[in-house]
Amino acid sequence: MNKFKKFFYSQKVAPYVFVLPFILSFAFFWIYPLCSTITMSFQDITPTGTEWVGLKNFSKLLKDTVFHTAILNSFEYMILTLVLLIPFPMLFAVLMDSRLVKAKGFWKACLYVPALTSVVISGTLFRLMFSEYATGQMNVITTFLGLGTFKWLKMKATGLTALLIVCCWRWTGVNMLYFISGLKAIDTALYESADIDGATAWQKFRYVTIPLLKPTTIYVLTISVYAGLSMFMESYMLWAGPDSPNNIGLTIVGYLYKRGITKNQLGYGSAVGIVLLVIALAINIVQLVLNGTFKKEED
Amino acid sequence: MANTSSLNDKVEGGMKAKRTVLTVLATGWFAILSFVIVFPLIAGLIASFRPGTELIRRGLSIDLDFSTMTLANYKYLFGGNVDSQKYFMWFKNSLILTFVSVVLTLLVCYIVAYGLTMYNYKLKNFLFFLVIATMMVPFEILILPLYKEMISLNLIDTMAGVVLPGICGASTIFFFRQYMTGLPKELLDAGRIDGATEYGICFKIMMPITKPAFAAMSILCAMGAWNNVLWPMLVYRSAEKFTLPIGLNTLLTPYGNNYDVLIAGSMFGIIPVFIVFLCFQRYFIEGMTAGAVKG
Repeated sequence: MNKFKKFFYSQKVAPYVFVLPFILSFAFFWIYPLCSTITMSFQDITPTGTEWVGLKNFSKLLKDTVFHTAILNSFEYMILTLVLLIPFPMLFAVLMDSRLVKAKGFWKACLYVPALTSVVISGTLFRLMFSEYATGQMNVITTFLGLGTFKWLKMKATGLTALLIVCCWRWTGVNMLYFISGLKAIDTALYESADIDGATAWQKFRYVTIPLLKPTTIYVLTISVYAGLSMFMESYMLWAGPDSPNNIGLTIVGYLYKRGITKNQLGYGSAVGIVLLVIALAINIVQLVLNGTFKKEED
Repeated sequence: MANTSSLNDKVEGGMKAKRTVLTVLATGWFAILSFVIVFPLIAGLIASFRPGTELIRRGLSIDLDFSTMTLANYKYLFGGNVDSQKYFMWFKNSLILTFVSVVLTLLVCYIVAYGLTMYNYKLKNFLFFLVIATMMVPFEILILPLYKEMISLNLIDTMAGVVLPGICGASTIFFFRQYMTGLPKELLDAGRIDGATEYGICFKIMMPITKPAFAAMSILCAMGAWNNVLWPMLVYRSAEKFTLPIGLNTLLTPYGNNYDVLIAGSMFGIIPVFIVFLCFQRYFIEGMTAGAVKG
């Protein structure tokens, strides 16, 4: 007993005791499910039994037009969120960081508010605002602009617009705060010397701010790519469930949910998950290579 | 002489005027943006003073006709009837779940980060690499196998099933580690000389000085737990265990008759997070942006 106590309290063993919870959690809630989903993707799982089917799930996915729709939807959504949620929050951050804006704290708090609300609550509010009746808020606005009313959640283009509006509403402020914290890390002496050299505001933005914000931009880009590709709850809330007319709101994770949970086809659902995993990892690796993470440090 | 100074005044006056205009424009821009962002919540708040069925039927839009507003929804919500009991049960469940998951997550992530920072040993870098690796896989991919695992472990419909898979949040560990690398390691040796054990040092010496990191992370974790939907929705099956978001979601059915509770309850459910946000705004932003600067 004493021996054990000494062992347990030794400086060599203590760090392993500290990291033990991680090792357990890693084993049970990460590596095991990951291996299990890879295995399941090669199986057909029914209440009566499990059968190995080789690559059948994947070859089925290749021909599954609904899955193609889901992939296309997720990619469209992801790319458009990158277009909307990186340059604009960056500009807002530069503006907010300038001396021109008064009552900064208040505006920052207002812009952060959406991040505080559950996707259930915000989704419900937006679902009701995108109501197809003339009295829904978005139709009130489009009527005011002379565009007439839309059946927002029944058509592809307007459905995607609705998803993007929810996404921008939720993340513009958060991404802006990321960029502001990135701007705070830039040495002001650089701007002063740019002033001395007679640089214009645009030149300062182009040649000082953008290059030095790169770490923040990469961070925001990474989380946006992941969040965009694995988006599901927003669509689930807008259409009050995983189903939408003509699958206009179906995403990859939505399809995984539909197959795996609603239809209880764990094998086929897992195959969808594996495709998403491969896409996510591929994007990650491409990005790491482009950023030169694998290169030797230059300076 | 007099001439030049008046010219300077003019130039300076012009600059000043230009600056004022720019200030008004920039501030005005953020005022508009803030209004647009807060708008849906204001619309929801106003709508919560009108019958919920009307809202579902007509859609949500700002309607400032005060004569048709009543407190009926809120009176019903707090009325102690069946729906109100259900609502506050969900509210209570959410509070308990949030509390339990914040305490456990922070405690676990703190000790793990401590083990990954304060000692030098062979596997350290490898283990830290594993922490990073878990961030590379979107959680959504794991919901099917985890769901199956929870069923076989008999953890479905239990709080343990909701909390345990997320207990070692990689970003929380990451944040604690970043904070702790800035702490003086000499404290460990000082503690050892004073006869403290390794665990005593971790909990009695280092934990108190890590308090700011706890503050920042507790708020972020609490917000995540309070608003989390997808995983709890899969794990919880019985309605008496539902958290607030899941419960509210069940009210949004085409044939429901609880729309009054839905809209008033949604608005009331935002309040706890808002209060915490207003009190600890600084920590929110600190905790959230910590990962971004150093990448």
